[in-house]
Amino acid sequence: MKWHRLKAIAVKEVLQIWRDPRSLMIALLLPFTQMFLLGYGVNLDLKHLPVCTFDREGSQLSQALFKHFQASQYFTIARNVTSYAELTAAIDDATCGFAIVVPPDFSERLNDTGSALVQAILDASDDNTANLALGYATAVVTGYSANVQLHWLDRQGRPLQQIEPMVVQSRVWFNEDLESRNFIIPGLVAVIMALVGAQLTSLTIAREWERGTMELLVSTPVKPVELMFGKLAPYLVLGWLDAAFCLAIAALWFAVPFRGTLFTLFFTTTLFLMVVLSIGYLLSVLIRSQVGASQVALVVTMLPTVLLSGYVFPIDQMPTVVQDITYLLYSRYYVTILKAVFLKGSGIPELMTPILFLVVYAAAVMVLAARSFRKRLD
Amino acid sequence: MNGSQNAEPQIVAEDLVKRFGSFVAVDHVSFRVGRGEILGFLGPNGAGKSTIIRILCGLLRPSAGRALVAGIDVARDPERVRERIGYMSQKFSLYRDLNVEENLKFFGGIYRVPRAELAERMRFAIDMAGLGGREHALVSNLAGGWQQRLALGCAVLHRPPILFLDEPTSGVEPASRRRFWDLIHALAADGVSILVSTHYMDEAEYCHRAALINRGRLIAIGSPEELKSTALGGDLLLLECDALGATLAVLQQAPGVIDCSVFGDSLHVLVDNAERSLRELPDYLAQKNLPPTRLARIHPSFEDVFVQLIAVDSAERRAAA
Amino acid sequence: MNAATPIVAAEALTKRFAESVAVNGLTFSVDRGEIFGLVGPDGAGKTTTMRMLAGVLSPDAGSIVVDSVDVVADPEAAKQHISYMPQRFGLYEDLTVDENIRFYADLFEVPSVLREERAARLLAASGMSQFRARLAGQLSGGMKQKLGLTCALVHTPRVVLLDEPTTGVDPVSRRDFWRILYGLRDEGVTILISTAYLDEAERCNRLALLHGGRVLYCDTPVALKRHMPGALIVITSSAGRKARAAIAGIAGVSNVILVGDGIHAVVNDARLRIPELRQALETNDVPFSGIAVGEPSIEDVFVALLGNAGAPR
Repeated sequence: MKWHRLKAIAVKEVLQIWRDPRSLMIALLLPFTQMFLLGYGVNLDLKHLPVCTFDREGSQLSQALFKHFQASQYFTIARNVTSYAELTAAIDDATCGFAIVVPPDFSERLNDTGSALVQAILDASDDNTANLALGYATAVVTGYSANVQLHWLDRQGRPLQQIEPMVVQSRVWFNEDLESRNFIIPGLVAVIMALVGAQLTSLTIAREWERGTMELLVSTPVKPVELMFGKLAPYLVLGWLDAAFCLAIAALWFAVPFRGTLFTLFFTTTLFLMVVLSIGYLLSVLIRSQVGASQVALVVTMLPTVLLSGYVFPIDQMPTVVQDITYLLYSRYYVTILKAVFLKGSGIPELMTPILFLVVYAAAVMVLAARSFRKRLD
Repeated sequence: MNGSQNAEPQIVAEDLVKRFGSFVAVDHVSFRVGRGEILGFLGPNGAGKSTIIRILCGLLRPSAGRALVAGIDVARDPERVRERIGYMSQKFSLYRDLNVEENLKFFGGIYRVPRAELAERMRFAIDMAGLGGREHALVSNLAGGWQQRLALGCAVLHRPPILFLDEPTSGVEPASRRRFWDLIHALAADGVSILVSTHYMDEAEYCHRAALINRGRLIAIGSPEELKSTALGGDLLLLECDALGATLAVLQQAPGVIDCSVFGDSLHVLVDNAERSLRELPDYLAQKNLPPTRLARIHPSFEDVFVQLIAVDSAERRAAA
Repeated sequence: MNAATPIVAAEALTKRFAESVAVNGLTFSVDRGEIFGLVGPDGAGKTTTMRMLAGVLSPDAGSIVVDSVDVVADPEAAKQHISYMPQRFGLYEDLTVDENIRFYADLFEVPSVLREERAARLLAASGMSQFRARLAGQLSGGMKQKLGLTCALVHTPRVVLLDEPTTGVDPVSRRDFWRILYGLRDEGVTILISTAYLDEAERCNRLALLHGGRVLYCDTPVALKRHMPGALIVITSSAGRKARAAIAGIAGVSNVILVGDGIHAVVNDARLRIPELRQALETNDVPFSGIAVGEPSIEDVFVALLGNAGAPR
């Protein structure tokens, strides 16, 4: 491999990138806009869910239950209704998505049998939200019910100190506020880098074929390996800039806590960039049309990364077959790494497994790209 | 038609100018084409030939100057002009996925050839192109020469009195090109005025008159004979010898020699007077120990003519600047 | 290897594309230091042949040897000493003239001192010295071709392959171009140039006339013209069509074409036919001012060699 040739190709590529407004826009504007759009747009938390209450008893106990709901940060009482018809109407016009109904014999049952049922009515057209809401509601009610139990035991004359109620004190590790943003944003950086990285390089070879400059290039002694490294180098630098940009926005603007080291971040990001840039390059080699290459690059990076990398949808909730498939997905490893570096402060030793996967991946794609490049018109 | 109408030029360009931004594509071009005349537009790519033709067809508006086609002011009334002209664009603009007949029918419809006439005109076009028996062949399966003639046929379906052909012979083999020029001559004999552009300099030979266009300017216009005899400013000789380089150097200083250049294995020598140089040069060279093996007068090619004219034009531009 | 061995030898080259055979058993050889023309109309197989010689297209059959290297077996070795200029402008339009030259110089590892000197010399010969900082995309057609040639020559190739480099180029640039080529020939470089301009063939040392993917004829232009079957008669007349009609029936007359100021006719024997032609013209009251033997152009020879069978496929 001759250094001179590699340098010549890299210099040429830099000049072309600099003078092509389209490449620059993809490289700089795209990540910027995506970070803000998706960073603010995607929010999985539920807070202050509007709730309707239907108190069919009107007792002290039922009111106490509703106070529990009001006190919780997850709910806000939107309206107190006085009939099922009104309740249905409220859900229909989206005044609330959730309603709690206390039956007329609530206190009576509680005192007699020790248990009573509370009715929850949900608008399940948004299944996700409905499930979460139900979960929160159950927690609230359980909290209330524990209080009632204690109260009851008290009145029974059983001294409180004899009972040690089991209370689950949950402590959330790493993402104490359970801010969904904290685990989404790192994943978002992976999505954006996968998309941008592949787009940048997907055009480079195809463009030369389309413009006719490749015909001349392949008639020279340049080697496919020299061509590949020469072309990838400038895009790696661009990729670093983009990644730095996105990660800075994540840490500084969105205030995602950063507990790892910059070195780990740089090292792992470089690995990931090499993978996605090589993928784009490979596509450019295989598909000699710019439009074709960039479209395939979009499909091959964006879709799998959004759906299967663990960015939003947890991998271990997927069917086993699909879980096995995600092992082939390069962005899965980077998502894992980013979340770990940001929120857990993991270093390279802890991340050895995903790092090794990325190394193997990058090597495999680059070898494939170099081999696939034919210095021939046919 | 009376005599004065016969004398009326069919195409008139007066001081035509076309600017694209700051770039002057057509720079004060004027010429006329009469009935039944073939005017050739010669010049390299980018000289402005296509631009001028497009202006005359009403496809582009001139920045200045006037163009009259069939007596109609093109800039004011382009639509009316289009009924009177036939146009064959570069690369022929046929529908490759349609067959011969379908293309003809399509253009017949576009030019609103009356139904009664269409069949006969289509027959004419097919015969002219030599495509009898191949009416259902897909255009994409026809070789270049056939497509070219078919395109010409499509352009004349409506019997236009004026034809504009933009590089119709590009990329077509010589025998087809000659056949094509034959067809053009046949049309001209029927009274059609034809403006043809080409980048093959020697095709000036086939035209009644030729206009040389370079960098937006019309630098010469005349019959082939006129151009060859007057433009060069001298006579052209062919010289064969053993030592090309040495002989070239000596000839640059020889009396009566205007210019000298290598051409293949021989030299082309531009002299003031052919007879004199044919007599004197062999002795002159023999004295320098470089006797020529052959010396003869040759006709200049149009390329020689063009180069000379461009040199004159460049000098004029520099003087004007 | 002695000086008599041809530097380029193509043997029975064949290349098929989908349904058509672009090159069909092509054989020719080029001697060291000569300018060799691959001449023929579009579709004759010139570009396909050039691409195979440059090692960017592999033949379906046949062999190519360039400077003792088997191009088919080891194209990369051949590329060290070949320069190829494709028909379509192959340089980077968003790079300047200088940047393009520097790129190709680096690809061929030309030391910078040498590169500077060569580039300056070639650009001066092309009249492009003041355009060094201009973007290649903003050059005129002729200048682009000259830039292409400069980049092809910035290293010292032994064989230069030029695919239709002067198509549509202005005559002044074409002259500059050929002047550079003649200079190269003086330095001992071998040049293969393909062209559809049959008259450009006259500038070559030797040429191969191509048609339908085969070599129709291969020799010097002069010898080729001597091969012209018959002679070319030039009749100067203002009534060309009438003249043509008048002589068309005469035996031994073929290929009559109209030109601006008369007609050209190919006859089998000038001495015999001229009186007959004159007779026919006078009988038919065709005004003419001259009838004489003329020098056939390469195109005349080409068409005559193909005969009427050369009429379009």
